[in-house]
Amino acid sequence: MKQILASRELLLLTAIGLLLMLIAWRFPGFVVPSNLVVVFNDTSPLILLAIGQMIVILTRCIDLSIAANLALTGMVVSLVNIAVPSLPIIVIVLIAIGSGTVLGMLNGILVWKLAIPPIVVTLGTLTIFRGIIFLLTEGKWVNSHEMSDAFKAVPRTDIFGLPVLSWIAIAAVILFSVIMTRTTLGRAFYAAGGNPHAATYAGINVGRTQFWAFTISGAIAGLTGYLWVSRFAVAYVDVAGGFELTVVAACVIGGVSIMGGIGTVQGALLGALFLGIIANALPVVNISPFWQMAISGGAIIIAVVLNAQANRTPGRIILKRAEHAT
Amino acid sequence: MQLEIRPNVSSRTAPDIDPLLSLSGITKTFPGVRALSDVSLKLFPGKVTALVGENGAGKSTVVKVLTGIYQPDEGGIRIGGQPVRFPTPQSAENAGVTAIHQETVLFDELSVAENIFLGHAPRSKFGLIDKKAMVARAREILSGIGAKIDPGATLKDLGTANKHLVAIARALSIDASVVIMDEPTAALSQKEIEELYELVENLKRQDKAIMFISHKFDEIFRIADFYTVYRDGQMIGEGAIEDVNEPELVKMMVGRDVSQIYPDRDHNIGDEVLAVEGYEHPTEFANIGFTLRRGEILGFYGLVGAGRSEFMQALFGITRPSGGSVAIDGASITIRSPAEAVASGIVYVPEDRGKQGAIGTLPIFQNVTLPSLARTSRYGFLKLAEEFKLAREYTERLDLRAASLDTNVNNLSGGNQQKVVIAKWLATQPKVIILDEPTKGIDVGSKAAVHEFMAELAAQGLAVIMVSSEIPEIVGMSDRVIVMREGRIEAELDRKDITPETLVTHAAGISEAVQ
Repeated sequence: MKQILASRELLLLTAIGLLLMLIAWRFPGFVVPSNLVVVFNDTSPLILLAIGQMIVILTRCIDLSIAANLALTGMVVSLVNIAVPSLPIIVIVLIAIGSGTVLGMLNGILVWKLAIPPIVVTLGTLTIFRGIIFLLTEGKWVNSHEMSDAFKAVPRTDIFGLPVLSWIAIAAVILFSVIMTRTTLGRAFYAAGGNPHAATYAGINVGRTQFWAFTISGAIAGLTGYLWVSRFAVAYVDVAGGFELTVVAACVIGGVSIMGGIGTVQGALLGALFLGIIANALPVVNISPFWQMAISGGAIIIAVVLNAQANRTPGRIILKRAEHAT
Repeated sequence: MQLEIRPNVSSRTAPDIDPLLSLSGITKTFPGVRALSDVSLKLFPGKVTALVGENGAGKSTVVKVLTGIYQPDEGGIRIGGQPVRFPTPQSAENAGVTAIHQETVLFDELSVAENIFLGHAPRSKFGLIDKKAMVARAREILSGIGAKIDPGATLKDLGTANKHLVAIARALSIDASVVIMDEPTAALSQKEIEELYELVENLKRQDKAIMFISHKFDEIFRIADFYTVYRDGQMIGEGAIEDVNEPELVKMMVGRDVSQIYPDRDHNIGDEVLAVEGYEHPTEFANIGFTLRRGEILGFYGLVGAGRSEFMQALFGITRPSGGSVAIDGASITIRSPAEAVASGIVYVPEDRGKQGAIGTLPIFQNVTLPSLARTSRYGFLKLAEEFKLAREYTERLDLRAASLDTNVNNLSGGNQQKVVIAKWLATQPKVIILDEPTKGIDVGSKAAVHEFMAELAAQGLAVIMVSSEIPEIVGMSDRVIVMREGRIEAELDRKDITPETLVTHAAGISEAVQ
């Protein structure tokens, strides 16, 4: 399976390469390193969120509240910044991660303890989170001039030619690659989603594992919330509206099985990059945004078909079970 | 040795009537297994024929042949003397053959009338479903079987017994002449069973031919007119119920030589390792107590639904018992989760290994180490080298052949998947291993290998609990057997007392002992 996974990721990498070549043929300026850095930086929030979503989907759940969590946390840290402009940025970052974590835990508790289907839980919290932003601000925007300079500077600061935002995405890819492949928690995510019954018998608490998936997804969403509002220097109710679907799309294109149990951090990264490149390239080569949607949609369907092919288990019929399956 | 009992249709109770439906020379094979071999069956109008046999005798297969789900490889079906074929379930229904299945196949969110007429609802002249006619017909059928159920009620609001009546009404709604009842009383209370008997009498008066599958002998002798016995997919005997008694039926069901294919074991039984006392659950089982020694194989026998798996799941911490105590090596322990059970040295290899055993999307080594991760990790970080070592050790012990331990379990054959599951549990170094139906659904060769392996485990000092519904396996492997019936321990049998007859007698709750 590692081979198939590897080849699936290789396939996606090839597709991304071909895409870049196609764009370069029409618009060579797109593939110069300085522009690629811009594209990567622009895709970084999607990469971060896709990693969180990947973990949730791995456990047979889905987090539709991920973008709303981002927006609410972004608003919370913006308001904190207005109230106490002198607060060190590290505290702001900790507040962002903490707020996102709490919101993620809320999803996790509802899924774990009340056994409500994740799609219903997160659809509910999506609306609630956006509603809370409205209650906090009465629909008003927090604009650039209200935020402190230090608050806005962090994601743009250059380190070795890359903005901090990009470095955070890279760090997250490395950190979560290790967590997913080298820790018992990572193994539990795969086991709980791959076969919840078997995982239960092996002593894994599936509900608690799903809770941790939502918690991680929430923490990432919270951090991304700060990065997002500080980068765009604006916070309002509809920040990243509908972005949760782009995140799910990145996961699916990246080979994460919506049935749970299959997916890698690298896949989520590549899926996000694929969508990020399309989003950045199409306006440049003068293709209408409608085509952008159609191309993303086509990519999702192709990815799902490829995954379904790869996951088709070889025919082995155990008589008794075939008999029962009427 | 096979008993041959000739049909005796000329007896007093069976006048010279022609069978309404007859099967002859039916053979059905699946890859590796001959499920039915040259069996026959006759159903008479206005009579009940009981089909009797152990689990795996071929009863369900013959039901599926009769209802068009399976096509026989050889042999023919005749209705009223005319040869017929049932290439689809629909064609069987059209020919008037209907089955009421063990687990009712109904739809909780639909109304009673919709359930009854799903697939053959009366149509209005525009081709739409004629709801009025459907409800009226449903009411007619329901009152015909004496059921006081509102056709407009939603199915999920009905109790088990009423759901069953809806299933029966559904069967009758197609104007069936042949009604097959597959263990219809399994889920019913005594009062509901009495009502079912009345219904069967009612159907007999309407000249329907009824086939009745049951494990309960009192039931068979109460309502059947004829019997047919299958064993291992073969026809063993048939006749009028008057001409047979319980011991004879039991003998026909189980009569076979069981000793030869089981491994020889020297029964080296050591100290007590597990003691269970007074285990109970509000709805599933009560007062379960026993002890288990090192090197012992303790069989758990009972009919399907006797509460054996339910008890094992409670012992393993999947469900919570409402009372009782467990001790391992004399020390009292509490088991609140599977993780705690594994930590105390109890492991459970579940019955449905496809669903509950291996994780197909993970590679072999990750499956093997999953319950042992505490040993192959430190501070939550995995030690991959140790994982591989552990996985290699136990897969080699089981002679598991795979290209690499990195291979995904989904890509393995069924037998190898089974080995992964067993390796997984052995790697936890358990004291007690619970095997739930260890040979269910596997071919004869693999069965022998599993039995061999089980004997080896016991010889190494492991205490084995084997839950099995297969009498030969229980007789051939167990040092001791606990027979469960309706959630309670019915009997505990020592090695010398374990015979097919005593097992069946206790499991079915037959009052007088069979010789």
